[in-house]
Amino acid sequence: MTTIDHHWQRFTLKQKLARYAVYLVLIMAMLQSIQSVEVIPEFFYDAPEQMADMFNRMWPIDFAYYPVSVHDAMIETLNIATLGTLFTLIFAVPLALLSSNNICSSRWGHWIARFFLVSSRSVNSLVWALLFVSIFGPGVIAGVLAIALRSVGFVGKLLGEAIDEVHMGSIEALKATGASWMSILLKGYWPQVLPAFFSIILFRWDINVRESAVLGLVGAGGIGVVLSDSMNLFEWQRVSIALLSIFVVVIIAEIVVVQIRKRLI
Amino acid sequence: MAGIESTKNHENPFKFNWISAGIWVLILGYILYSFHAMGLTWGRFYEGLGHAEKLMGRMFPPNFERWELLLSGLAESLEIAVIASFVGIVLSLFLGLFAARNLMPNWISIPIRGLIALCRTFHPVIIAILFVKSVGFGALAGILTLIVASIGFIAKLFAEAIEEISLKQIEAIRATGAGFVSVIVFSVMPQVFSRFIGFSVYQLDSNLRNSTMVGIVGAGGLGGTLFSAFQRFDYDFVAAILITIISIIMIGEYLSNIVRRIFK
Repeated sequence: MTTIDHHWQRFTLKQKLARYAVYLVLIMAMLQSIQSVEVIPEFFYDAPEQMADMFNRMWPIDFAYYPVSVHDAMIETLNIATLGTLFTLIFAVPLALLSSNNICSSRWGHWIARFFLVSSRSVNSLVWALLFVSIFGPGVIAGVLAIALRSVGFVGKLLGEAIDEVHMGSIEALKATGASWMSILLKGYWPQVLPAFFSIILFRWDINVRESAVLGLVGAGGIGVVLSDSMNLFEWQRVSIALLSIFVVVIIAEIVVVQIRKRLI
Repeated sequence: MAGIESTKNHENPFKFNWISAGIWVLILGYILYSFHAMGLTWGRFYEGLGHAEKLMGRMFPPNFERWELLLSGLAESLEIAVIASFVGIVLSLFLGLFAARNLMPNWISIPIRGLIALCRTFHPVIIAILFVKSVGFGALAGILTLIVASIGFIAKLFAEAIEEISLKQIEAIRATGAGFVSVIVFSVMPQVFSRFIGFSVYQLDSNLRNSTMVGIVGAGGLGGTLFSAFQRFDYDFVAAILITIISIIMIGEYLSNIVRRIFK
């Protein structure tokens, strides 16, 4: 009787080599980066002390400053986030339709959509804000457009994936009745995409509340303006009230989103 | 002709939904209100479009003459992203383990969860400002910022992944008399490793994006070059930098897809 000598392996040799290659590349990149990055070691050792000093200056929090200018700026920030999220749809919906396989079958369409979606995501909202501040001047309008264009990539990509997962049965049924292109979209695709749509929009709104809080640093309106002004004037106690209110609003936004999602989906 | 009255007795399958109509009206009202409140008018928009045309004219063709500056900024951004991802991932590995509710007692997991949530609440730019003020301008502030951002993201998802694992494998390993570290290494990690790699690759990608941005507030990398080009109105150089950023991120996305396929 011969025994069969099985040697169980989790991965094939090729898989193993590929994995080790990735590890090797990562370690090399890490070593190379550590060697060439310019970090001043004194700053590094000094950091805890400096940070403690900064937090010391932030204390006590200047609550009296809140009604003076933080409140209005905060409302403006929320407006930027909400309006920006709504504006996103103008660009994101067509791009999502173009990028999904079961609506648009042309390769060119996919490539064009992907190009716009990736560009939107790779340019940070601050950079978008810089661009729009130089076009429209400092203010809310630059902030809204920056948020909108930054969100297009995110919303468009996720929405496109949601459309890809649509069951084609009801769409074929609609086509069989001779429904027009618009009705197929509205009555076939839309009801199926609806839950995903709202969850994506809510998720993005939550992110945008955080993002719009910093746009003011480059002059695009909102609480960031207050933050950067008080920082330039070294009014650290005002910085801390601005930070605290951002913190509170972000937390509230997250709670609101979670609650709406529970009800809606 | 009996029974062909098709329009009667049939419910309209696409009924008019008053609630959703109400929500749409509310949204419309909100948009109108905010246009009013923020002073967004068509006149201003048109004027802006004129500026946009001028800006575009000055941005194109992009100017790659100062490619050395561009390249050094890019290298710094990449270095920041790599170091921050590496440190952030290693730290998140531990923090994620300690934050998982099914492995750790409450008195460990709750404070760690709080820490992770704190890392997530503030936008990286705000954290970058605080670091720039405390450790000075340069790459160090960027690295620290992105480490914080990575912890906020990976540690959270990693802890959630651990909470979903099957406990049978843990029992099996425990039954052999293995110690705590062995339990983690041989029963927890194999179950979550591929997802962990997925999160890490994603974070490397997003650190790459963010490393081009923290420079705007002085934390090193290509963002600093971009911001100063903006302030000097060198719009053709700005275009060159933007093209570089977009292409590097597209390459990064391509590479991370390959890595993801390898670790599937």
